[in-house]
Order: sequence, then structure tokens, then C-alpha cells
Amino acid sequence: MIRLIPHPLLSLALVFMWLLLTSFSLGHLVLGAMLGLVIGWIFRLLEPERPKLRRIWPLVKLSGIVALDILRSNIAVARLILTRGRHGKRRSEFLEVPLELKDPHALALLAMIVTATPGTAWLSHDMDSGILILHVFDLVEEDDWRTLIHNRYETLLMEAFG
Amino acid sequence: MSTTYLETFPWWIALPAAFFMVVGSTLALLGTIGLWQLKSFYDRLHAPTLVSSWGAAAILIGSVLLFSWGGSRLVIHELVIGVFLLVTTPITLMMVGRAALYRDRVAGSRELPEHLHLHEPAPPEAAPAAALPERKAD
Repeated sequence: MIRLIPHPLLSLALVFMWLLLTSFSLGHLVLGAMLGLVIGWIFRLLEPERPKLRRIWPLVKLSGIVALDILRSNIAVARLILTRGRHGKRRSEFLEVPLELKDPHALALLAMIVTATPGTAWLSHDMDSGILILHVFDLVEEDDWRTLIHNRYETLLMEAFG
Repeated sequence: MSTTYLETFPWWIALPAAFFMVVGSTLALLGTIGLWQLKSFYDRLHAPTLVSSWGAAAILIGSVLLFSWGGSRLVIHELVIGVFLLVTTPITLMMVGRAALYRDRVAGSRELPEHLHLHEPAPPEAAPAAALPERKAD
């Protein structure tokens, strides 16, 4: 089963995408399924390590939290640009955050979250020390950001990827 | 008086769609203004994310509303666009950000706090003299 469908989630997502982009018919379902399978095989050659997804619920919860956070920081950054950085009081800073996450897939997700949120930019991560260097657009309290990343995102990702 | 295609939409579709379009394009405009107005490279990284997050999302929601009514079936192609935007933007942003950080760490740029520098800062008088002959050798 693992040999035939090495990346079931990826293949499923590809079939779904194919049906979205075309109109639904049996022919397209077959074609999409074939595409999903073949791309799954190719992907196994590129990325031999399968994601160890343990639980899906933390990810659902995380996506809700992230959607809200992105909305909130959109408003915050838009306001900062309009007021020219609270009239010069904005302080942008580099921030080092020690991460416990080791799973590359979980780290990739975290990178997506951090980058998609306006106001934080993922700059570099050292696999050996686990230290992440962030750039924060408007830093108010350093430790707030550390606990935010740790409690809000990292804990849920650890639960999901085990 | 002729009516255009857009005038055939009922107000309860047109209003929310227009609202999302205006919100999305306003965010896109603000992102662009930020990119132009901000001074430091790292600050500038943040402005375009306004466009790639809710700027794009709001415009896509508006598009879903309009075309789902006009095409008389649920049109969610925009979902695919959104997913691709979400997945691909970090790649470019991280690449650009990491390149800048690496350059500044090696050069010991003043934009970085000192503990992030890779080398001990060279004494100011010795640095240019030592650096110049190497450049000529290239």
C-alpha cells in the first residue's frame, strides 16, 4: 500500500485540485487519480521521508488560530504603514527564538505561518542548535513573541507531528 | 438606457463582493506604499505580505461571490489560487531574506545586532586596506 500510494494526502489533494480546475466527470476523475498517483511516486523519489502526521485535529485548530492571527496582523501592519510607524516610534528588531521542533515538515509549516503573517519574517533557522532568527516589524516585548510562537504554534505542531 | 452585465447582480451579492474587492485592493495599495516608504531592507520584507495574505484573499472572496452568482454554480477555482499563493510566497521571501541576512552577517553590517555577526568586526583603519588588494585579484 505504501509502495503504491507513498503520499496519500498529496495524491488526494492533487485529485481534488484537478476536479476543481476542470468540471467533474468520470473521465476527469480517472485522469486526476492517475496524475495524483504518478506525482506521488515521483515525489517519493524526491522526498523519501514521509511526513509523520499523528493527529489531524491540532492542525485544524492551528489553521483557525493562524487565519485569525493573520487578519489581526494585517490590520496592525496596515495601520503602522498609514501612521508612518506610530509616528516614528515603531521599533523593528531581530529576534532569536529557540525551537524544539525537529521534524522538517512541521518546520516548513511553521515557516509558512511566520512568513504569511505580516509583521514577522522568517530569516534563518539552524538545524543543529534549533535557533530561529526572526525579523519583527514592530517589537513591543521580546518575550511575548517567544511565548507566542512557542505556545500558540509550536505546541500544536508538536502534537500533530509527534 | 442600457444596463451593463454588472448591473444585473442583486445588491446582496454586489455589496459584499464590492466590499471585499475594495478591502483587498486597499491592502495591496498599502503594501505597495509600505514597500516604497520604508527604509531598511528587512522592514521592506513585511509590506508585501499584506498583499499576499489578506489582500489576495479578499479579492479572491469577492471573485468567488461574483462568479458563483454569474455562473449559477459554486466557483471555487480561487481556492487553488489561494493555496498556491500561500505555499509559494514563503519560498521567495525566505530566499531573499536569508540571502540578505547572510550578506549582512558576513559583512558585519550595522543593521544587525553585533551578536549575529559571523566574524569579529575588523578595526576600522585596517579593514579597507586589507580588503582592496583581494578585490583586484578577482
